Amino acid sequence: MSALDRSHGQGAVTAAGDGRPTVPRAAPRSYYGLPVLNEPVWTWEIPAYFFAGGMAGASAPLALAASVQGNRRLARAASAVALAGVAVSPPLLISDLGRPERFLNMLRMFKVTSPMSVGAWILSAFAPAVAVGAGRELLGVAPAVGRAGQVGGALLGPALSTYTAALLACTAVPVWHEARRELPFVFAGSSLASAGAAATILAGPSASAPARRMAVGGATLSLCATIAMERRLGALAAPYHEGSAKPFARAAKGLSAAGALTLACASAAQGRARMPAARMRSWTGGRSSRGRPIQSAAGVALLAGAALERWAIFRAGIDSAADPAATIAPQRARRDRA
Amino acid sequence: MSDFELPTSSWQASYGEEARERVGFFTDTSLCIGCKACEVACKEWNRVPEDGLVHRGMSMDNTGGLSADTWRHVAFIEQRNAFELGDDGEGGLRWLMASDVCKHCTHAACLEVCPTGALFRTEFGTVVVQEDVCNGCGYCIPACPFGVIDRREDDGRAHKCTLCYDRLKDDQTPACAQACPTNSIQFGPLDELRAHAQDRVAQLVQAGEQGAQLYLADGDDGIGGAGAFFLLLDDPEVYGLPPDPVDPVRRLPAIWGLTALAAGTILAGVAAAVTGDRHRARRR
Repeated sequence: MSALDRSHGQGAVTAAGDGRPTVPRAAPRSYYGLPVLNEPVWTWEIPAYFFAGGMAGASAPLALAASVQGNRRLARAASAVALAGVAVSPPLLISDLGRPERFLNMLRMFKVTSPMSVGAWILSAFAPAVAVGAGRELLGVAPAVGRAGQVGGALLGPALSTYTAALLACTAVPVWHEARRELPFVFAGSSLASAGAAATILAGPSASAPARRMAVGGATLSLCATIAMERRLGALAAPYHEGSAKPFARAAKGLSAAGALTLACASAAQGRARMPAARMRSWTGGRSSRGRPIQSAAGVALLAGAALERWAIFRAGIDSAADPAATIAPQRARRDRA
Repeated sequence: MSDFELPTSSWQASYGEEARERVGFFTDTSLCIGCKACEVACKEWNRVPEDGLVHRGMSMDNTGGLSADTWRHVAFIEQRNAFELGDDGEGGLRWLMASDVCKHCTHAACLEVCPTGALFRTEFGTVVVQEDVCNGCGYCIPACPFGVIDRREDDGRAHKCTLCYDRLKDDQTPACAQACPTNSIQFGPLDELRAHAQDRVAQLVQAGEQGAQLYLADGDDGIGGAGAFFLLLDDPEVYGLPPDPVDPVRRLPAIWGLTALAAGTILAGVAAAVTGDRHRARRR
């Protein structure tokens, strides 16, 4: 049961000559508490894709920047993350279709009124760009083409990370549609956080300073946008506070905050220890791996937080669609005002 | 958040000479007797599968609402104390019955968000799914503000009322309107239906039916007007209809703007993160 209470169609109509309600309505009326909207049929593949695609999208500009700066370790890590994210995305999306064998129909046309159509084209262009970019970084194949791919990927990636927020916002599901101002920034933040965290884990402490800053900044943006979203949704945010999304939303916030804080502290500690570490490198001739376990653990927490955040948003939408009061109450209020 | 007019209302122009007069349904629920002949006729003509045999135990309605396998749905609302019976103050009981259907919106969210173009606007101004194109992506389902369209479990595609597109092509009345014994479901050119509906609601209000109201009868609502509109005897939500539905795609320009801003934030974030990195100083 939601914060907005439900009542049957008969509930609020009381004895009156004109058949109109004589008592003020505390809760919106509905048709026997049945949902107004049909529940989304999407399953776990969709939030999983939001996570994987978002991470790949934010990894692409990191790969380019690190490569240009000559930080090869980080460029390779970010390229590998982008490639992995983009490799799992199409199977996730195709398997969620009712008719998977017709997946190519997604490219029958380009429709700017359909975020899913726009996204299908972004993914179709992004995937080969990331592939040739990764070929350059990881295998040293066709460096010029690879560089062009990296540039293309860096421009398309952020669009891939955020269009999914437009996709959810452009529905009639109250908790998604009414969150349309904040959702793109929630997705942008958690894409930055997951891309930074994955690169931190793969590249190791000596090369991952930019990735760590990206992860901490992204997690902060995601947390702030999420809190702003839930505040502005008011009663519509009920699924985040008392529905099936609650444990996931809480875990997402906790893991993101803990991961970001740990990573920030570990980074600061590493910065302070820079002199001895540099001296140690000159002794050993190798890279320092000091702080790697703690940074990797923080990275895992950030990845889990970003994934759970998408799952919580997805679950909240399912609950919101099933709640007639969430659909009716704001519309009734709007009509009464008019 | 700015709203904007979508070009979907220009369907007539896109059909040129082939465009036909926009047709639709006027469902006058004050005439509905709840016989469900519309549901049966629809299922028979369109070969819509059985939609589940459950006992909901809430009213005379065990179907609940529209779905992939229910294209006409008769709602039954039992209202106690709906009006005064006598001097003792005891109220009377009334039944509200209403046959719901796809609204064939002027600004149809399902059609606008469909990535494959499976959903299209016909020469009659109605909205239809092309079953040979739909790949079951499911986007139309949460996009619809009325909960009309849904995906059929066993065949994986989206289904909804076609306003009997095949019958329209042969100048026939849709099956539900044809079968309705009380003329509660009226079919015809939208302009004529709207004019008639205005007269009918005025007549009912004059006769003392204060709750009588038209639903989706004008073009100035959040969906640009419906191809299927209703005369109701109580508020829309009592019948399971949203009181002020809005096509979510109306907000898409603003949503795209914010999405672009968020994408720019990612680029700026990466740029800020790599700036001043000490690797810059010692390229390998």
